[in-house]
Amino acid sequence: MIYLSFTGKLHYRAGARRTRSARACDRRKSRGEFKLSKIQLGPPAAVSLGRLFKVFLYIGATSFGGGVVAYLRDHLVKRRQWLNDDQFLAALEIGETVPGLISTNVSVIVGGRLRGVRGSIAAAIGMTLPGAIAVFILGLLYARFRSNLEVKAMLTGVSAAAVGLILAVTLQIGHREISKWLDLAILIPTFILVGMLHISLLATLVMIAPIAIWIHRPDRAALTDYHARQAAYHAQLAAHHTAAATASGSQIERAS
Amino acid sequence: MNKLSGLINVFALLSILAVGGGTAVLPQMKHEVVSQHRWLSANQFADIYSLGQIAPGPNMNMVTVIGYRVAGLPGALLVLLAFYLPSCTLAFAVSKIWDHFEGSPWRDAVQRGMAPITVGLMLAGVYALGRTATFNLDHSTRHNLTTVMITLIVALILLRWRINPALLILVGGAVGWFTLRLV
Repeated sequence: MIYLSFTGKLHYRAGARRTRSARACDRRKSRGEFKLSKIQLGPPAAVSLGRLFKVFLYIGATSFGGGVVAYLRDHLVKRRQWLNDDQFLAALEIGETVPGLISTNVSVIVGGRLRGVRGSIAAAIGMTLPGAIAVFILGLLYARFRSNLEVKAMLTGVSAAAVGLILAVTLQIGHREISKWLDLAILIPTFILVGMLHISLLATLVMIAPIAIWIHRPDRAALTDYHARQAAYHAQLAAHHTAAATASGSQIERAS
Repeated sequence: MNKLSGLINVFALLSILAVGGGTAVLPQMKHEVVSQHRWLSANQFADIYSLGQIAPGPNMNMVTVIGYRVAGLPGALLVLLAFYLPSCTLAFAVSKIWDHFEGSPWRDAVQRGMAPITVGLMLAGVYALGRTATFNLDHSTRHNLTTVMITLIVALILLRWRINPALLILVGGAVGWFTLRLV
């Protein structure tokens, strides 16, 4: 496999250098000047498209057993240092809010931040290709051997264990995310509509999502507070950009 | 051609309906693939989904196997594209305008409101697969007893300890082979 040939390099090469203004940005954030963590804040780390693809290919080929987000964080924040923790969490927040698989969403967002649209495509393909090929081969083997009684017995165990896996994940997420008793008034009807009555997912979401969001609607105080903070942030960001522009302008002058 | 457009219709829609992750569309996917279009039997669907959990990367890559079984190699590629492209495009677009909404109390309301829906859908996924793979009335009592034990023990171990789930699934396969091959 391709990814094995560059394993060592990936593990031991130090992370990408952060530019001076990105470090300045981090310092300002750590002083609390930027209150909100934003994925687009500061210039992205310098990464070539090929390297981006290789790293995502490596993550896609080694992230066994679900929990891909942890693998992504380990590589992108700790080993490669292409993002800081705040930026990764911002990407994760978007990836979780937008529909779709969280791991591919985060890959697309990070790839897009580092290298634009082509970075997104490289990251998404790198992330899914190894697993898709592996599943494809497993599928071919399955089609060939599934009538074999021993294989059948093994698959029975595999499937039962996979149900145990999603049961555990569901319970964990449920324990973490369900905060009110009223949430059960959303959870149970969703389960019944989709799981038992086979109402289409689209119809179920259109009916239930507005009620669910209304239950958690923000109060007036939170909204006013948010608008004030947002205005302050934009003022700060504008000031920062002007300062950065003048600074880099004088640097270029000095260099020439 | 008909089959290909059918595949695209099903999986592109599932792509943008996957609220809170891929597992949320599992019950709907099973219903479409098994009951509506009859592309696979319930057992085949459960097997293919489970094999997908052993492979690395995103946990819904097994859609490609469904595509392959329905329409060969073009089907496999088209399903991958249909299942990933819509949500990935959306994620990319939203990340560009996110600064505008980040920290918004409404965004928080959406996220907390959608959480019970996601959990309900995942539970429906557990139910849909469990009815086939864990407690199946077509199987003997002994068979069901074994599968229920495997499911419960795997879930308990995962809730208790940090173990790579792919390993546990392989162990489940070994246990299944050992206890059920002679039945």
